[in-house]
Amino acid sequence: MIEILGKTSIDFMGWRRYSFALSGLLVLLGIIALIQISRGSANLGIDFAGGTAVQLKFEKPVSIEKARETLLKSGLAEVELQEFTSDNKLLVRVKAKTTIEEKVAEKVLEAFRKNFPDNPFVVDASTEIGPTIGQKLQKDALIAVGISMLGIILYVAARFEFRFGIAAAIATFHDVFAVLGIFYFLDKEITLLLVTALLTLAGYSLTDTVVVFDRIRENLKLRHRDPLDVIINKAVNQVLSRTVIVSLTVVLVLIPLTLFGGEVLHDFSLALLMGVVVGTYSSVFVASPLLILWKGTPGKLLRRH
Amino acid sequence: MKPVRGRVILLALAVILSVILFIPSTPLFNHMPTWWKQYLPSKGITLGLDLQGGIHLVLEVESDRAVEIAIDRVVNNMTELLTEKKIPVESIKRTSPTEITVTLPSPEGKDALLKLTDDQFPTLTANSPSDRVLVFSVKADEAERIKKQSVSQALETIRNRIDEFGVAEPLIQQQGLRQIVVQLPGVKDPGRAKALIKNTALLEFKMLDEDSPLAKELPSRVPAGKEEEILKTFGPRVPPDDEILFERTVDKESARVTKTAYLVKKRAVLTGDVLTDARVSIGEFQNAYVSINFDNTGAKLFERITAENVKKRMAIILDNTIYSAPVIQERIGGGRAQITGSFTTEEANDLAIVLRAGALPAPVKILQDLTVGPSLGQDSIAKGIRSTLVAGIVVVVFMIVYYRMSGAIADFALMLNLVCLLGALAGLNATLTLPGIAGIILTIGMGVDSNVLIFERIREELRTGKPVRPAVDAGYDKAFLTIVDSHVTTLITGLALFLFGTGPIKGFAVTLCLGIAINLFTALVGTKVIFDLRNRAGKIERLSI
Repeated sequence: MIEILGKTSIDFMGWRRYSFALSGLLVLLGIIALIQISRGSANLGIDFAGGTAVQLKFEKPVSIEKARETLLKSGLAEVELQEFTSDNKLLVRVKAKTTIEEKVAEKVLEAFRKNFPDNPFVVDASTEIGPTIGQKLQKDALIAVGISMLGIILYVAARFEFRFGIAAAIATFHDVFAVLGIFYFLDKEITLLLVTALLTLAGYSLTDTVVVFDRIRENLKLRHRDPLDVIINKAVNQVLSRTVIVSLTVVLVLIPLTLFGGEVLHDFSLALLMGVVVGTYSSVFVASPLLILWKGTPGKLLRRH
Repeated sequence: MKPVRGRVILLALAVILSVILFIPSTPLFNHMPTWWKQYLPSKGITLGLDLQGGIHLVLEVESDRAVEIAIDRVVNNMTELLTEKKIPVESIKRTSPTEITVTLPSPEGKDALLKLTDDQFPTLTANSPSDRVLVFSVKADEAERIKKQSVSQALETIRNRIDEFGVAEPLIQQQGLRQIVVQLPGVKDPGRAKALIKNTALLEFKMLDEDSPLAKELPSRVPAGKEEEILKTFGPRVPPDDEILFERTVDKESARVTKTAYLVKKRAVLTGDVLTDARVSIGEFQNAYVSINFDNTGAKLFERITAENVKKRMAIILDNTIYSAPVIQERIGGGRAQITGSFTTEEANDLAIVLRAGALPAPVKILQDLTVGPSLGQDSIAKGIRSTLVAGIVVVVFMIVYYRMSGAIADFALMLNLVCLLGALAGLNATLTLPGIAGIILTIGMGVDSNVLIFERIREELRTGKPVRPAVDAGYDKAFLTIVDSHVTTLITGLALFLFGTGPIKGFAVTLCLGIAINLFTALVGTKVIFDLRNRAGKIERLSI
């Protein structure tokens, strides 16, 4: 039998001062990111901000400086360029303020056709989103996040008790905020696909938390005499190998997806990858200690006889 | 112990069903015998636009304009009617998007006018701010009806145009009150398709105003892009009933576009709704033109107009651009006309299509435009398959190394999971998108979760010294609730994504939700059957886990 961890008895609850400090920092990053996003000063993708994105595939390499110069000459000053050097791809993004009627995509194509006559290209993809659609997508994303969070809290509260539901929700928010914050500070684009990744990781991290909680509940029913933190510690240790192995398999799957999945999926899988790491950490170091932290009348499960 | 045979049959059925459902999504389907193609499912997984290439448009019908256009038509009819009935008026004008103001020379004619309009235009309500002025406004429900109709009519027109253009499996549907979603998979020339959809194709015949002194001053060779300046310079001097429109000329040698400005009457003498047919023809000099046929009313009107305006110039206008402005040489009967202008055969072809399909009742605005070239789609599929394979192999190997024989059983469940997931996707004719592929890969990673939970539990039971069979049963029993709980929570987020996600994200949500549901089945039923089968074969002393 191979065991990565074997039987452990780590005092997770004793570490909670450090873990809470770290988590506080992560959540702070996320809150800053959220404020910046709502102020409109974050790197919002065009699906939220509205605008135009054109992805071109050239026959020969193109330097970003030259491309920028070309676009500037054609009156497109506020552009973002990103290159994928492996296959001579260039992504041109022009954000909002311009409407589709101005035909930004055509302007971009024309500029390159005129100035790079000996380097023909094909249009891989072009996206134009009007500001009204962008706002609708933003709203839909917020509703989706809201509804899933509410659903989760209700479900966990019904299956366990209210305190567990809140702890699970906090841990889940913690993970979403942490990844959002990291993405913001890496100046990655906030897109619809990132929101999808965040929701998926919320689901994943919750699964992780629920597994730990389940064991805590089971142990609470079995042995009433031990103090709460001993019981929780034991439960976390019991499921630790499962937690680590499952996270490991998901990480093993996400690494090839990040490496070979192509440019569209790269950020998506990167977010999930971070999410799995943070989510695993949070169910052990955040969600479970939160159960102790909560003062006030415990519910049926936690009441001592 | 529950009987094993029933569960084995259930699993076998699930696999067979999945394979049958999935086969149409593979090239293998073409080699299947005829009876297979005839009696078994033939529709499989559809590839999303991001994998197949194509365009996705969200259009908004400017239905307020439809109301304005309808009112303009009423103004025309009213003018004609009043001339016919010899009721004198000073002016009839649309003064707001929903109002017509009629000014009379004296208060006397008012009652006659009111009686006439009540009779002929029942959708208008009249009121009189002063004794010589009448303001007619469209009733609110009538305006609403026009708006609604403009959207359904636009939908119908766009559908006709696309049918004639020839696209396999287009999707054209209304979304919300004023929006239309158009999806054209696999279109090779997106620019042309978009122009075909977006052109209002409002064909109008208007007379040139050659009497105004301004007409002679307008420049005839304006470089493209300078139209705004012309309008600014001459705009203030344009008579109230006239407007400036441009004719577009392309120089054959240099391909340079120049524009000619014309002063035309605002009122159209004839519009495209009297057309019955439009065809492309090739003229003497190999130049393409479009010949159009009018219906009976149109033919009579056209004959009358041409007879009244011999030696005058008439502009043929499509979407506010003049195609040609020929001098009428003589009365033209027979209900036929030609639209010439500098266009290629392809452009003439598209023009004929839009004219045949009819004009859009109001202009449409593109709100969202996603275009994916076919090469990117191929690329994405190849990358998706490669990452799936690598991820699958890594997980399979890891499970065998870590859990040995039991790991192999979990891998079997994983395969079962994938087969059933593909079968379910095909059975629902789901659309597979790039994030959807990511969802499948994620299912592989999360799919082993349930088995890891169970195996770890079994290991715990074994450590307490239990014999193999009770340990396995206890492992499954104790892990059961945890597995259900964890699956339901992920399902909740999946459902939220499905309800509020669009396009590719919906595809992701579908694969994620299906993957989770199927995983519950394969993990709890699939692997347990194998453990039970082994237990039945004989008492096991040591479990390879």
